Order: sequence, then C-alpha cells, then structure tokens
Amino acid sequence: MKKVIVGMGTCGLSAGAQQTYDRLNELLQARPGTFELTSTGCIGMCYQEPLVEIREGGRRIIYRKVTADLVDGVIKKHILDDTPTPEHIALTINAAGELQGPESDFHRLQQRIVLRHCGTLDPESIDEYVTAGGYQAVRRALLEMRPEEIIAVIKESGLRGRGGAGFPTGLKWSFAAQNKGDRKYVVCNADEGDPGAFMDRSVLEGDPHAVLEGMIICAKAIGADFGYIYCRAEYPLAIKRLNIAIQAARDKGYLGRNILDSGFDFDIKIKQGAGAFVCGEETALFASIEGQRGMPRIRPPFPAEKGLWQKPTNNNNVETYANVPWIILNGAEAYAAFGTEKSKGTKVFALAGKVAHGGLAEVPMGTTINDLVFKIGGGIKEGKKFKAVQMGGPSGGCIPAELGETPVDFESIPATGAIMGSGGMVVLDETTCMVEMARFFLEFTQNESCGKCTFCRIGTLRMLEILTRITRGEGEENDIEKLAELGEKIKENSLCGLGQTAPNPVLSTIRYYRKEYEAHIFDNSCPAGSCSALVDFHIDAQKCTGCTLCAKNCPVDAISGEAKKVHVIDNSLCVKCGKCVTSCNFDAVYKR
Amino acid sequence: METADRKENFGYRLWRYDGAPGELIPLLQSAQDYFGYIPRRAINYISGVTGIPESEIFGVITFYSQFRLQPMGKYMIRACAGTACHVSGSKMIIETIQDELGIEVNGTTEDGLFTLLTVACIGCCSLAPVVMINDETHGQLTPASLRKLLRKYKRREAAATA
Repeated sequence: MKKVIVGMGTCGLSAGAQQTYDRLNELLQARPGTFELTSTGCIGMCYQEPLVEIREGGRRIIYRKVTADLVDGVIKKHILDDTPTPEHIALTINAAGELQGPESDFHRLQQRIVLRHCGTLDPESIDEYVTAGGYQAVRRALLEMRPEEIIAVIKESGLRGRGGAGFPTGLKWSFAAQNKGDRKYVVCNADEGDPGAFMDRSVLEGDPHAVLEGMIICAKAIGADFGYIYCRAEYPLAIKRLNIAIQAARDKGYLGRNILDSGFDFDIKIKQGAGAFVCGEETALFASIEGQRGMPRIRPPFPAEKGLWQKPTNNNNVETYANVPWIILNGAEAYAAFGTEKSKGTKVFALAGKVAHGGLAEVPMGTTINDLVFKIGGGIKEGKKFKAVQMGGPSGGCIPAELGETPVDFESIPATGAIMGSGGMVVLDETTCMVEMARFFLEFTQNESCGKCTFCRIGTLRMLEILTRITRGEGEENDIEKLAELGEKIKENSLCGLGQTAPNPVLSTIRYYRKEYEAHIFDNSCPAGSCSALVDFHIDAQKCTGCTLCAKNCPVDAISGEAKKVHVIDNSLCVKCGKCVTSCNFDAVYKR
Repeated sequence: METADRKENFGYRLWRYDGAPGELIPLLQSAQDYFGYIPRRAINYISGVTGIPESEIFGVITFYSQFRLQPMGKYMIRACAGTACHVSGSKMIIETIQDELGIEVNGTTEDGLFTLLTVACIGCCSLAPVVMINDETHGQLTPASLRKLLRKYKRREAAATA
C-alpha cells in the first residue's frame, strides 16, 4: 500500500502543509484503506514546501509545492490512478538510493547523520523510531558498555561541540565524569537564538528521540540522573514534539527508573526559555533554569565542576547529542571517516538569505562554501552576483565570495575572521550593504547584552551609534579606527561569548569591505544601493498606476504627477523617509 | 508535562508551589498564558507565595523579552527581524505596518485590535520576509501585499462588529 507523508515542520506549516494534510485526510476518509497517511519533520528543501512524499515498495517520490488545491489533481491521480505528474516531482529516490529529478543536486553532496530521520520518520511515533533502529544505542550503552568505554568512543570519533566553539565532546564528558557530586546534570542547549539559524529547531521537530538518546547515553557516561532541555519558547512545535517524545520514552521504559533493567535511572524535563539571546551562553542558561535573570558567571569553576545548582554538569547543544547514538551504533571509525583531519563528521547548515534554494543541508566537514552556495543552494536568487556569506550570526563574520573555496571546518573558518557558529549561513548578494549588515548585528547584540560587563554594555552602544551615523551618511574621518579600537577592547574585556564575539561582524566587514565603509564616510554613497539616506528613490513607470497615494503621503511634496499618470520623485527635495515605498500599493517605488 | 502545566490555571499552579527552586519563570509564563500579560496583582501573588521580593520578580520579567507588562491587542503581529528577513527588506515591512496601523513597535492600536512586536527569527527563513499574525505565518511579503493583508484583517473585524 502507498504511504503518503506530508512534511510538517515549521517551514512546511507556514507554507500551508496543514491544509494539504487536511485535504489528504478528507480524501482518505472518502476512500478508506486506499493509502496510509502520516506526517514527518523537516525534509530540508524549505524552498519547495509544502512537500508530499509518496512511498511504495522502497521507492520514494517527493512532490513539491503541494498546496491543498494540488492534492485533488496531482496527488489524487498518483495515489488512486498510479499516474504521476513529472513536472510537479521534486525528487525520486529509488530502492537503491539513487536520486532523480530537478532537486537531486540539493541532496547529492549531503551526508545525513544528524538528519538521518528528519523527513523520513513520523516524529510523534516512538514505534517508527524503534523500528528504524532507535534506542539500540541506548541499549548498547546501558547494558554492554562501561562509562569509560562510552567516553573513549566519543573521544575517538573526534566529535566536537556543534554549538559553535567546537570543544571536543569526549573530553568535556570526561571532565564531568571525573568530578564527584551527589547529583550531576545533563543539559541540552536548545536555545537557538541566532537569527537565521534553524538547524536545532528542525532536529527537535523532526527527530526528538535522537536527542533524548544522546542525552541518556551522556548521562550514563558522566553518571548523571537528571537532565534538562532548555528550549526557546518561540519553538512551540519543537516543545510539543519533545513532550510527546519524553512521555513515550517514559512509557516504553527508556526514561525513568531502572531503564531497560540496567539499574540506571534518568529522566528529563523541558525548561522553556523566555527570550534572551545571552541564555545560549551556558552559565547564563543555568541561571535561567534556576529561575534568575540569565546572566553569565565567571569561569572557572567550569560547569563540569560547578554547573547547574552548583553540581557537576555537562552541557551540549541539540546537534551534538543527535550525533551520539549514531556514533555508538556505527562506531567511532565510521564517524571519523567523514570530515577533515581535525574536524570530523558532518555539520548541518541552514541556508538562507539570497540563495535560490534555502533550506537545511548536512554535509561532511570540509565541504567548500562554494559547493554549499552553488551546488546545494542552487546559486543566487534572480541571477544576482554572490557577494559573501555570513556565518555564525551576531557572533560571526562575513566571508567574501573570493574566499568561496574555503572549506567549512573548525580551523579554516575562524582563520577568515568569521566563526563556525551553530550553522546559520546567510547568503548575501550585491545589493546587501556590508556596513548596514554590521549595524544590524550590532543592534541585535547591543539589545541582547545582559549589562553585566561595562565594555559589552556601553562599548557596543557606542559602536552602534557610530555605525548608525555612517549608514546615514554622517560618518566622520576616524570612525573606522574608532570602531576597530572599541571592537578589540570589547573582545578583551567581556566575560562571556556574547561580548567577546559581538564586534566580530564589524571587524570582519572592516577587514574585507573597508572600501564600502570609506565610500559611506567620504563619498556619501552606498555602493550596494541599500542605505536609504545615501540613495535616490525612483518610481517604476511600468508599475505606477498614477493612484497619487505616494504624492499624498510624501511629507515634503517631492512627488509630482497627475492622477492616472506616472509620478516622478524630485530627488533634490526628497528627504529619503521611505513613505512612498511603504505606501505604494503596487511596489512601484525602488531605491538606487 | 511542561506545556500542559503552563495551560493549567495560574491559581492552581501557585497553590501547588512546593518551594522547589527554579519555579519563578514557569510561574510567570503561566501567569502570562492566563492573563495575556503579567498584571501587577500576579506579581503580588507570586511574591506572596514564593517569598521572592517583588523587585526581584520585576527584574526577571524585564530581563526576558517574552514577558509583557501591558495587555496585548486581539491580533499580535510579530514581524521577523532575523538576518534572512533583514536582507530581504524587513525594515520596509515593519515601517509599512507602523504606517498602516499608526503604531510603533511594541505599541497597540487604540481599538485594541493590533499589537506590533518584532522577533529575532521565526525560523522559516526561506519565506523571508515573514510576518506572523497570531499563529498564522505570512511570507514573501512586499509593502503592497502586506497592506492588503492588514486591510483584510481590518475588514473582517469591521464586519464582525457591524
């Protein structure tokens, strides 16, 4: 019997997957027994959502952009009459795993370890997970391995923390294991606050059990009996699916007392974050779990010694834990076979921005930026020119197109001035102004600074003021030097990762795009044509209908034209307020 | 389960409080779910039951962006200001909402219908720029399509009250 699977991650749902699912369900009610209907998490091809997969006898056919209307035509024809509609098929995967169809390139370079179940299993069904080999790793770790053996395997695999810093996971576990305490904790950082990154959300929504498994194995390795998952409140679907998964795992005896008769106890509780970027920093995260303001504390003592509630604690992020069961089952060697000499395994990237195929891609470490942007991402939208990628969000930096052959790993990326980060990769094209980009990130970190360290609290504000001035065309001669000096001081004098990395977006854009800064300051021009104060506004004669709305909204009467005729902006009067752009009903006003 | 807990009556949750540490934030979340925001009297109750000084509770509330001390409009508009939305023109999108509704960010319209908030990232970056109105996500917006969308909501409300 055919199995019909609807991709229902957040991206699918926002593209209308719920309506698609409902329509399919109606179809199933009308013809009971003709097919089986389930849902799954993120398949990765966000740009083609809603995605519907039809699976039969090992062959998987994935249809793209299946809105509810398309169900009655294309999907119904395929399910009931066995007539596929090739022009709507994104991808076909046959029983041997060969790829066919227009989206094969998106998948060909990928190596899915963390995302192994995302888009194939129903995340709300523990039975499907167990059938697919789930909880075998927990069984092996709890019944056949001693804690030292688990840590040795993780060490050998070369797994490094996927939250950004890349600290060796096995080593971290060994510290927490060595420290004595009446209680120890395992914490999973699911507070993915970096704007433009959605890897952890997709893993939690698509494969929550893998994360739970990773945490149980870690608990056994370090001798903990309780765990917390600290998840953003902005991820309601992830929290819902985690709750379902935790309850199912308890019911099946994978969580709770005496797990699998091994004599080992472990349970997990979800703590919802309340919206503070700094809580991605582990000591601030602990403070938040403890019910206080999420402010970092001085290290040492490190969390492995005194973490949550002052007890030895191991904290990793979602993607790190999701790797663990695979490593336990397939062995350290199999994992270390992927990647580069010092960065083993794979990394999940969230491709977004001006890239044609935005979505989620997991590639071996060492894949080049160009491969990610062009082969997987399908190049730049609207045929524009590739300018840079922004990695690491507000803590990271921009890597220019000229360095596109840089491999992504924990050594090569920091050498460019950016950081690996958690995996957000925002692609920028020629219309993105780098000064404005730096200003944007600094505004974010400035706003999120917890206020504990003076340099982070006030230094970032001063930097933001300077950058805002520059984007308004009011830059002063030594502004660039001031920014560089302030940036270095903030990095040196901040307690936690937020402050230590906040100047990165500015410093890295000064390094590669100093000319753009200079153009803003000395020539009063924005080379990318983006900063409103430094460009001229124009009306597209093709789109303008002469509705007079822009002229009415213009505060300085710079727009002239008769009703029902094309309007014109007099740029000598214009004050660049942008009212004409936001008031136009036909998107006819543009900047240049 | 945490989510189920949060939906529970705020009063029950307070009554059940057993002095376990780390309960302040869940209690505040529960108050906000129940009242739609955190009213002065909720701070008062929580302080009375837990013994945490009101000033400290206030400090926690204002630290986290999720907590609100003012009632919200019927429609909560969350405009995404994440990186992908930013490079796709979210600034113009936010200005359009401000202009169409006559409110600033964090403001509520006089009729109590709309509240405008900005969020760091909703996580559907491939649909940028994105705006969420209550639980519905609207993507690939332009100033013009956004105005149409907001007017649709206004018309619907006007029809409902007429």
